[in-house]
Amino acid sequence: MSLELQDLSVDIAGRRIVSDISLTVPDGSFAGLLGPNGSGKSTILKAIYRVHRPAAGRVLLDDADLLSLRPKDAARRVAVVAQEFALEFDFTVVEMVMIGRTPHKRAFDRDGEADRAIVDQAIERVGCQDLAHRGFNTLSGGEKQRVLIAQAIAQEADHLILDEPTNHLDIRYQVEILELVSALGITVLAAIHDLSLAALFCDTVHLIADGRIIAGGPPESVITAGSVRDAYGTDVLVISHPETGTPHLIPRRSRSTPAPSSPAAHPPVPPAGTGY
Amino acid sequence: MIMGVAIGSVSLSPGAVWGVIVDHLAGHPGNSVADAIVWEIRLPRVLLAAVVGAALTTAGTVVQVLVRNALADPFLLGVSSGASVGATAVLLFGAFASLGFWAISVGSVLGALGAMAAVFLVSRQGPTLSPTQLILCGVVLSALFESVTSFLIFRGNPQATQSVLFWLLGSFGLATWPQLPIPAIALGVAIGYLLTLGRSLNALAMGSEPAAALGTDVHQLRRNLFIITSLMAGVAVAVSGIIGFVGLVVPHIVRLMVGSDHRRVLPVGAVFGASFMVLGDLLARTIVAPQEMPIGVITAFIGAPTLIILIRRRPYLYGARG
Repeated sequence: MSLELQDLSVDIAGRRIVSDISLTVPDGSFAGLLGPNGSGKSTILKAIYRVHRPAAGRVLLDDADLLSLRPKDAARRVAVVAQEFALEFDFTVVEMVMIGRTPHKRAFDRDGEADRAIVDQAIERVGCQDLAHRGFNTLSGGEKQRVLIAQAIAQEADHLILDEPTNHLDIRYQVEILELVSALGITVLAAIHDLSLAALFCDTVHLIADGRIIAGGPPESVITAGSVRDAYGTDVLVISHPETGTPHLIPRRSRSTPAPSSPAAHPPVPPAGTGY
Repeated sequence: MIMGVAIGSVSLSPGAVWGVIVDHLAGHPGNSVADAIVWEIRLPRVLLAAVVGAALTTAGTVVQVLVRNALADPFLLGVSSGASVGATAVLLFGAFASLGFWAISVGSVLGALGAMAAVFLVSRQGPTLSPTQLILCGVVLSALFESVTSFLIFRGNPQATQSVLFWLLGSFGLATWPQLPIPAIALGVAIGYLLTLGRSLNALAMGSEPAAALGTDVHQLRRNLFIITSLMAGVAVAVSGIIGFVGLVVPHIVRLMVGSDHRRVLPVGAVFGASFMVLGDLLARTIVAPQEMPIGVITAFIGAPTLIILIRRRPYLYGARG
């Protein structure tokens, strides 16, 4: 059930957006794609679920070429949850989750007992029973995201792609969504904006800058003040999470603008890179 | 349907109508006046109205998903205005005169195909048809074709202009048996095909990327939907002129009744659209009898208030809110 990218390159409108991306997500593990806005995280993910066609390289699922599968067959293996969105025409939560059954169905198949059971279970799994008959557009961002995860669960894929699933969500939902996903026990590749949050949930992370992987491995070795400066061009303090020991980022103000507090209140600033 | 056949400038009882239909289906038509009215005039007209109503509703539903816009209708993508150019050319200048009563149909179908090809080519970006591009190109090219129509009318003679205007407003007045089979079968097949796409449409309604993630070949689906709905709109315009509002309003009325799951919306919409059009046609030819009102007037008069009432009752169904 592993997911592997081999030398993946993607062009959009004649411009190379990502080049030579190689990474492996082992069976049942949670991998994070990190990097600044526009670094190519989403592009990599979209090449996996066929929004973009790679210019070069391969996507392997258990050593078989994912992109040569029929779209439906691929969708039975890989589900996707992207940022929450609104619908032009509102579906109820049950209808929304039932759409997750699409790749398992042919044109005239009806929703069977089995499908309904799978949908009910998925809704229960994300704790949305009370919302089952509400319109999707009436839900809050965090609720919508849970429903989209239920849809992905109903899709019964053994791989899950997440494209910044916690954007625009408050801290409670950010944690809740990632907790939910990691409890699924399936192979996950997620683009995550918040490095500290990623460090808390991911088994491995890959840091992308300008369309290339500049570091990969366990969060402790990848997320350092040095790599963050390389990728994001900004100085941060990296401390160790008191409970988990995972790297945690503390932003710093740039040195040219002095902090408004009195100099006496300033603790000495440790040199960058020695944080955790 | 039976009501649509029974009521008219000569009223007939439903029983009499059934009698005539049964006689004909059994292969021994009668010779009465009622027979002639039912079989020769009213029945083809009602059937055509039903098929066109179902087709416009189905196509409207699909186009709204295709461009992800609640304001879309089957004529959005330039087809109707292209058809108008063709039909106007026929009516005003006698193009295709050798084809007899098929001339207008052929003219408008050719116009529709031309418009469809133009919109398709202009709005294509690489392999995909993006919703915004489709809408913009459709609207812009529609405006262009409309001015071509206006130019033709301006150059034509006043009497022919009258018939052009009446044609543009839509009518089933020209329905006859020989005219019926080809468009009816074409529209029926298209409706049938679209009915099988309920699941794919549900996926596409979430957006093209989620649809791709669910195993839909989005490029191909969009292309097929565009071509089929354009052809349907073109054929509908060819046989009955431009009947507005049905393709826009009926899908919304149906969604408000049964929700947005297209596996329900499409079949219910086809039936509802057919009934709506038959009723509209019935009103069109009875309200100001013995004159006939353009059916487009009726559909707008019924459709607009109905939709407003429904939207006001269930406002949360519409519009993207955070």
